[in-house]
Amino acid sequence: MVYLDNSATTKPWPEVLDAYYRAASDYFGNPSSLHHPGVEAETLLNKGRASVAGILNVNTEEIVFTSGGTESNNTAIKGIAVEHKERGNHLITSSAEHPSVTQAFQELEYFGFDVTYVDVDEEGRVQVEDVLEAVREDTILVSIIHVNNELGTINPVEDTARALKAYPKLFFHTDHVQGAGHVPLDLQDVDLCTISGHKIHGLKGTGALFVRRGTALSPLLHGGSQEQQFRAGTENVPGITALAKALRLSDNERQQQNGRLEDLKQHLIQHLHKLEGAVVNTPKTGSAPHIVNVSFPGMKPEVLVQELTRNNIHVSTKSACASKLQEPSPLLLAAGLGTERASSAVRVSFSHDTEDWEVEEFVRTLHKAVSDMMQVMGEKK
Amino acid sequence: MMEYNHILVRYGELALKGKNRTKFEQTLARNIRFALQGHPRTNVKRTFGRTLIELNGEPLEEVMEPLRHVFGISSFSPAMRASNDIEDIKETALQAFLHHDGDKQTFKVNARRSYKPFPISSQDVNPMIGSHILKNTEETFVDVHHPDVEINVEIREQGTYITCGRMEGAGGLPVGTAGSVMLMLSGGIDSPVAGYLSMKRGAELEAVHFHSPPYTNERARKKVEDLTKVLTTFGGPVTLHVVPFTELQKAIHSSIPSNYSMTIMRRMMLRITEKIASDRGVLALANGESLGQVASQTLESMYTINEVTNMPILRPLVTMDKQEVMDISERIGTYSISIRPYEDCCTIFLPSESVTRPRREKAARFEKGLDFQPYVEEAVANTEVLTFGGEPGETEKDMDSLL
Repeated sequence: MVYLDNSATTKPWPEVLDAYYRAASDYFGNPSSLHHPGVEAETLLNKGRASVAGILNVNTEEIVFTSGGTESNNTAIKGIAVEHKERGNHLITSSAEHPSVTQAFQELEYFGFDVTYVDVDEEGRVQVEDVLEAVREDTILVSIIHVNNELGTINPVEDTARALKAYPKLFFHTDHVQGAGHVPLDLQDVDLCTISGHKIHGLKGTGALFVRRGTALSPLLHGGSQEQQFRAGTENVPGITALAKALRLSDNERQQQNGRLEDLKQHLIQHLHKLEGAVVNTPKTGSAPHIVNVSFPGMKPEVLVQELTRNNIHVSTKSACASKLQEPSPLLLAAGLGTERASSAVRVSFSHDTEDWEVEEFVRTLHKAVSDMMQVMGEKK
Repeated sequence: MMEYNHILVRYGELALKGKNRTKFEQTLARNIRFALQGHPRTNVKRTFGRTLIELNGEPLEEVMEPLRHVFGISSFSPAMRASNDIEDIKETALQAFLHHDGDKQTFKVNARRSYKPFPISSQDVNPMIGSHILKNTEETFVDVHHPDVEINVEIREQGTYITCGRMEGAGGLPVGTAGSVMLMLSGGIDSPVAGYLSMKRGAELEAVHFHSPPYTNERARKKVEDLTKVLTTFGGPVTLHVVPFTELQKAIHSSIPSNYSMTIMRRMMLRITEKIASDRGVLALANGESLGQVASQTLESMYTINEVTNMPILRPLVTMDKQEVMDISERIGTYSISIRPYEDCCTIFLPSESVTRPRREKAARFEKGLDFQPYVEEAVANTEVLTFGGEPGETEKDMDSLL
């Protein structure tokens, strides 16, 4: 099997599953219980928290564990808006975010918040100046995705965060789901940051939100006083353990592989440039090493995906959170790539496990599939 | 590009002579190595009057953080090394200045030539370096009275070390140069601070905690273990003695008038602590008492409780206000642990009324009605000994392997 849809989800590493299994069986206590198994589970939980914090280079108590990227994004965005609504009514995000960000903002609009959607350029990139220009007296939150989940474009998140330090009344959040394990991010000036476990060979249903010390946040889930009171509910100790393991392993892989995926990406982009009917949407520079987005104008990408999967090669059309809708990709539309490119895009995404031969195999099969299909449905010459 | 690749560590020198100095330097180097365990590439070297840390690629900021907590360091500075060649020294000084964070409109060069064969005197080196920096930067000026940055250039036989600015160290004396003290560690806010301050004056720490299961729970004990772990960051491994105290407390409860039970309980604790201390060759006890804060800490109370031991009791907090203690506690990272809401053995058996001015004669008379010696010996014999800051235990290793 050639699996090249790692931006949708990754295969959990055996070490991660083993850590999950052992944590779930040997440390099954509820971390809030007074007895010995409870204390042990709490100890493991806090060790996991310290480990994740260490890798992200933040303080231990600044890590809040959640059920994943969607919950972290919703907690950050709604949590800040609700908690600080007396301070201001204005929120800023970009027009090229993940649905769990975009729709959280739309919900807040429904409740009366004023949201500015900053445009992106043709590479899908947000400009720092545009964000700064949108800031008003009553802005309380800015949320910008780190690595665009369809194009792989890296946004200038560190620069934006630094520039926004001039506005001490607002908070800055970034969705780091696609960046984690691939594109290091300095959180020095960031207030909130989302990561997800299953994108880095961890498990579904695990994630974390970095919340800078001293940041007040209204929780989405009310109940017990777990997770520094930001997220009620019995902690998923084995899931958290697995997340800590996955983050550490993927960080190690990134350092050891030393640019291997970037070379593989450039190699694939070169191939695609030579392929008739293909238009590469991912920018050659300033993009993550593991995502390549390509359009086949005039073709239905679903058909291409079906043909590839029949050959045991698995890629996707657009974001998995949106790919069931038969609509052009809103992210590609936002980048101004036009309806034709936006509705014929295929996303190829690597993981640290992806090998050269898999990409070769993909290119070969794609070549054949495209030329076969060109005859049936390609653009008329 | 040139980067800061060394840290120069300074310590108070005036009080140190001869043999003391060597011991002091060796102990400090050991403690620095312990604090930098997480940075295995660093190398700690003693040179005359200074300790030098070679970074060997370890990140400067991350190495400086644990260094702030090591007692015996008066100050430290990131340093660059140059060969003893004036051109190299000039260029390295410029790089050190450029890499320095913070305000740097004005500067002053301060050269010291302890290696006399170096051909240029320090008076002549200063302007040579100064003009090199002025030529290669914009909008910078020399100010010999109130400079933003003081560039120190130390020309030694082994090479020239250049530093800009200095960080305050924790002061005090290296832990281990003053022998050991036995700290009575309750889990509250005060006693960890007392332990910290004892370490500041060079004492190595052991701790005693009184545990009364099932009246005190495992969380209360975990709290004390966590506090002990925090204390290890200031000077190396700490041994914790967990004393089973339930039987003695029950005996006190049933045979001592309740208004004297706290006084007697504390006398018993002191007897047990003294016994453990003398078994371990420890010469002093330490606790978190401050004068007159609570009923048990009036002078009368101290006088009555202190009767049972001849060992010196260090009370580093004796003159402090609660707020001062809390400030230190926050700074050293014990506060958030100390305020966890689990009861210790002092609060659980606390009678509704205690005498604030107990008397020695009365305490001794009440104790006659209780044959306490077997209880004391039993408690000492069953004390559990744990060491923190050394090798992790089995469970901890297992947990670490999961992460």
